[in-house]
Amino acid sequence: MSQAAATSAVSTDPSRRARLAEFWYYFSENRGAVIGLVFFLLLVLLAVFAPWIAPHDPVAQYRDAVLVPPVWQEGGRAAYLLGTDAVGRDMLSRLIYGTRFSLFVGVIVTTLSLVGGIALGVIAGYFRGWVDTVIMRVMDIILAFPSLLLALVLVAVLGPGLVNAMIAIALVFQPHFVRLTRAAVMSEKTRDYVVAAKVAGAGHGRLMFKTILPNCMAPLIVQATLSFSSAILDAAALGFLGMGAQPPTPEWGTMLAEAREFISSHWWVVTLPGIAILITVLAINLMGDGLRDALDPKLKRS
Amino acid sequence: MPRQHGAGFNMFRFLLGRLAVLIPTFVGVSIIAFSFIRLLPGDPVALLSGERVMSPERHAEISHALGFDRPIVVQYLDYLWGVLHGDFGTSIVTKKPVIDQFFELFPATVELSLCAILFAIILGIPAGVIAAIKRGSAIDQAMMGTALVGFSMPIFWWGLLLIMLVSGMLQWTPVSGRISLMYFFPPVTGFMLIDSLLSGQAGAFKSAVSHLILPTIVLGTIPLAVIARQTRSAMLEVLSEDYVRTARAKGLSTFRVVGVHALRNALIPVVTTIGLQVGVMLAGAILTETIFSWPGIGKWMVDSVSRRDYAVIQGGLLVIAAVIMVVNLIVDLLYGLINPRIRH
Repeated sequence: MSQAAATSAVSTDPSRRARLAEFWYYFSENRGAVIGLVFFLLLVLLAVFAPWIAPHDPVAQYRDAVLVPPVWQEGGRAAYLLGTDAVGRDMLSRLIYGTRFSLFVGVIVTTLSLVGGIALGVIAGYFRGWVDTVIMRVMDIILAFPSLLLALVLVAVLGPGLVNAMIAIALVFQPHFVRLTRAAVMSEKTRDYVVAAKVAGAGHGRLMFKTILPNCMAPLIVQATLSFSSAILDAAALGFLGMGAQPPTPEWGTMLAEAREFISSHWWVVTLPGIAILITVLAINLMGDGLRDALDPKLKRS
Repeated sequence: MPRQHGAGFNMFRFLLGRLAVLIPTFVGVSIIAFSFIRLLPGDPVALLSGERVMSPERHAEISHALGFDRPIVVQYLDYLWGVLHGDFGTSIVTKKPVIDQFFELFPATVELSLCAILFAIILGIPAGVIAAIKRGSAIDQAMMGTALVGFSMPIFWWGLLLIMLVSGMLQWTPVSGRISLMYFFPPVTGFMLIDSLLSGQAGAFKSAVSHLILPTIVLGTIPLAVIARQTRSAMLEVLSEDYVRTARAKGLSTFRVVGVHALRNALIPVVTTIGLQVGVMLAGAILTETIFSWPGIGKWMVDSVSRRDYAVIQGGLLVIAAVIMVVNLIVDLLYGLINPRIRH
């Protein structure tokens, strides 16, 4: 039945609802993806309602409670469920606020690299010729560097900070979107429906973005989830190297950088921010796998 | 042998085609490295002089001596000429040529990366094959679940965690460096494993190995996850092909079907994946080497960024990009050799 449903969905363009239902059918088949989605929604809730959920101010320093262990350990206090860091800030509150920064980084970086990548990719794939050559050569140049190194150096030029880190990461991720979009556009360009639209008098802009682009979205969505999680990892890595968010921002990578010296004595300041990063990235990657299975017709029945 | 002649000819054309793309890319990379120091806020002469205050005459003198008063295009061509003759600049901090420092530190990164990729291949390919054969089973789910966790791992944290558990609590491995300070011998190959063996000092090799274990695991984790996932999906695709079914129908053992018929074809995309890990490795080396104080080019770049040694950043960026481009070219050529389909 899946085959018939898929074909009719493409050719007769039924309501958006039917397509969504079909998508959900495949997505929900993947148990991991659903778990990932649930976790991700929880994280979004945490981020949005952080000021109401967090028990303390994330940058408030409680001088009488420095390096208090989590509540279940000897010496732990109920006021600081996950303990406190070296200057007496509540770990739980910092972790909750950290969700905001990580999801923010993911959204901004993915949006920037997606929009820029789609624009350049569509132009390159649609017009071909020298425009294509120039765009793709520039992308090759960006891809010639290890991504984290280029981002690190860019941040060194722009100045350390979360905003500059996001710009650098978005720039480094862009070529993947350009390549994917270009390839998809090139394979769609010669299809009958595009030719028909052209004959009907559609201009370049309409052909590129209204006719062709919507049919190229599947691989881009999958790549977008992948870069969402990579952006969080890279931003945390830059924070860890001292080039991302600056203290006292409760960003998870920056928290880890500050916690390095307590590695042998106070496990919670080192372990907890890493677990937060891992859970977030894992949830998004689980969703990404589910999206790929649901959107990639080649894998649908395997 | 007319056929072989044809294949050789195509290989040559393939190489030419790749070079036609590579050369402009290298020029672009060199322009980026060149303009990098000029994009920085402040003027380069003041930057080179560091904290000292300079008179305008002295400034003009240095500016002239370094050629900053010439047109920018001339400066770039001069820079490119230097690069093509092996002059990648001189470190502001150590006053040593960047290229010398690079070759001093590069073997450490290569040694670590090779161990990490071997670790990833040795565990990843069998894991992927087993998961594909036992598809849908508990083993498959456990392996692929673990692979996804590995793929999502913030490796700088993973390194800290391993140091905390293995070096700290269990005291099994040292925390940092390439070899214990007790041992000293001149570098012969630059690879600590080989040099420690050549030195003939008792315990040196063991020390080198124990220093290498954790960094290898940390750097190899993401490639391991990627290779395992890729091997599984490539195997699944191949296992449903007609020729595999034919082999099965002929009554060949599962081992023979999987090992001889399926795996050989499934490995083609896996080899590409392994090749693509080169850049990933170098990016990972930045974090891994920083955590384990591993004296390689990743740590060198991070240190240079924090010391604001712009000459090293500029030179290092260019050398590293050049190395990656050459390695990718070699991978492409090897790929052409094992997969005749893309030669035509």
